[in-house]
Amino acid sequence: MSDKGFPAAAREALANTQQRRNLGHATRTIRAKRAAVVGEVADWEALRDAGAAIKASAMARLPELLEQLEASVLAAGGQVHWARDGAEANAILTGIVKAHGATEVVKVKSLASDEIEMNEALAAEGITAQETDLAELIVQLGDDEQSHILVPAIHRNRAEIRELFRRTLDDAGDLSDDPAELAEAARRHLRKRFLSARVGVSGANFAVADTGTICVVESEGNGRMCTTLPDVLVTVMGIEKVVPAFEDLEVMLQLLPRSSTGERMNPYTSLWTGTTDGDGPSEFHLVLLDGGRTDVLADPHGRDALHCIRCSACLNVCPVYERTGGHAYDSVYPGPIGAILTPQLAGLREGRTLPWASSLCGACYEVCPVKIDIPSMLVHLRGRIVRDAAEHGGVRGRLSGERLAMQGLARAFGSRRRYEAAQKAGRVGQWPLARGAGNIEHAPGPLHAWTAFRDLRAVPGEAFRDWWRTRSS
Amino acid sequence: MGALRIALFIACFNDTLFPETGKAVVRLLERLGHEVVFPEEQTCCGQMHANSGYGLEAVPLARRFVRVFGEYDAIVTPSGSCAAMVRDGYPRLAELAEDDRLGGEVAAVGPRVHELSELLVGVLGVEDVGAYFPHRVTYHPTCHGLRLLKVGDRPLRLLRQVKGIDLVELPDAETCCGFGGTFAVKNADTSAAMLTDKMRAVLDTRAEICTALDNSCLLHIGGGLSRARAGTRTVHLAEILASTEGA
Repeated sequence: MSDKGFPAAAREALANTQQRRNLGHATRTIRAKRAAVVGEVADWEALRDAGAAIKASAMARLPELLEQLEASVLAAGGQVHWARDGAEANAILTGIVKAHGATEVVKVKSLASDEIEMNEALAAEGITAQETDLAELIVQLGDDEQSHILVPAIHRNRAEIRELFRRTLDDAGDLSDDPAELAEAARRHLRKRFLSARVGVSGANFAVADTGTICVVESEGNGRMCTTLPDVLVTVMGIEKVVPAFEDLEVMLQLLPRSSTGERMNPYTSLWTGTTDGDGPSEFHLVLLDGGRTDVLADPHGRDALHCIRCSACLNVCPVYERTGGHAYDSVYPGPIGAILTPQLAGLREGRTLPWASSLCGACYEVCPVKIDIPSMLVHLRGRIVRDAAEHGGVRGRLSGERLAMQGLARAFGSRRRYEAAQKAGRVGQWPLARGAGNIEHAPGPLHAWTAFRDLRAVPGEAFRDWWRTRSS
Repeated sequence: MGALRIALFIACFNDTLFPETGKAVVRLLERLGHEVVFPEEQTCCGQMHANSGYGLEAVPLARRFVRVFGEYDAIVTPSGSCAAMVRDGYPRLAELAEDDRLGGEVAAVGPRVHELSELLVGVLGVEDVGAYFPHRVTYHPTCHGLRLLKVGDRPLRLLRQVKGIDLVELPDAETCCGFGGTFAVKNADTSAAMLTDKMRAVLDTRAEICTALDNSCLLHIGGGLSRARAGTRTVHLAEILASTEGA
């Protein structure tokens, strides 16, 4: 991650007018689709409650469920590996690929794999990772970065994709920007890879502890190609993806597609349990990735972030995300969920400006299918980061301008006398700035960021309390 | 509903920058036959501190609020976000401070704090407050009123009864204006982009006036409209409801 921070990265992103149009159009479309299909479910709120309860109960007994999952997968003929972090997970995967003498893997779209920079790790070992999700393929071909959880290339429009395909795909010479034609070009390109790859790699939407079943939902069917055609399948999943029982999928598979793509049901739901003779891969490996998740679990006010089922509804309704796009978050997990997940997964060492990348409007909480109270968690993380800076940031942390200003204001608000004195000081202090109809157009210090875009109302001559006193005397 | 004795929680922002809003609340409630008292020891609810990562600094302000307002049965504030701070935010501050006693006190006072439209429609059961306001007006539902207080259509029900008003619907009304407290300065560019879209929606209505429950959001929207010399201004809901014929 770069240390530019969200405000500066957002400033650059906001200047990209094409991206603004693309994102505005895409998020508006998907918001409307979601609202329509959610609106037709009479017991949607009860479903959300059920989803939240399933996740909360899974997190409350995570160690036990993971051991149960391991036992179930082993009993079904699979192998299970435990990875403390991304490096360990990548090493396990690399070892499996090499043991089979393979130099290429085909991938199901997987955020966990992006989180641990799997493609880069494989490349360093001479192994090519082929993305097969259409949007992931677009990102990979363009040497681009993902900007959305569900639609990684949401920042691109079809004219841009047409140009990319013409540049990077064989025999795409007279391609139009018709979506069906673009999809057909990608299909021809990928088909060869599916038939030759010996190792498939996936993530997991859900992993069922009591049966050992892994579940992946998708729209295109390319994921199923990866999980069924190669002889070896490796699933790398974050440990928070476990659900206790098979019945839990009934709730989750209603919540996820409606929240995610705005569909009643996703076109492809793949479920597999270990291995089956003569059907699909003969070797199955499950890699359980911690990657900071147990640290998140340790914070009672932050742990609900692990309930996320990666639907991306919060991104699509977020007024900040809609305007800045995903790249400004500089994380695999952008948008509101990224703003609470990224800093927590990194133990607050990264993404420290992200909890402030929100106006706390609450639109995300309203749509979250598992009711993660993202605004409250943003406030909680702001507090953790502010206190961390004061405790561990040395003199600069303790004496930051913001901290001193906040403490000064808190002191002023602590007594009526000081508060009223501050009101008067504000009236007197502003006189060189106020002009015309009681507006300040150029303010100094931090308020300059306000007056760069808006006029600032000047403090009027009489506060309400002054009027009240004259009235009641 | 008989005459009530109502304590006015003005909010520091209104007290200092928007005294007309407080005066309007007093005029309006007295016109409806209620008694308004203003506890002068009140200062600030601490919302800015709590929402900016300085929750511990806001704890004494929560204690102060309980001390100042604890004795009143009905408390009104012309600020959706400050009402939400008390009802939704104070329990979390008490938890942060690990102060069970404060937790009990805020749980007791919270339900007695009402945003103005909640008090009028929900508690006093009145929608026609006898107001007259011959202007073209659009209403922006502020986020904390909408999603934390869930005021619903109460403000619109009040506005629809105002004589002479030409009330027009705001497109994409429920999208945040981009204020967000310190967000407006910490992420000024993103805030400005959100503001521009909100201003476009407001201007598309051809309204003279954009109204809302919160002067903080209106300071933002109004500051943008003023900078653009747009010819549309912002007025708090209380001031519209307090206006009468000949006044």
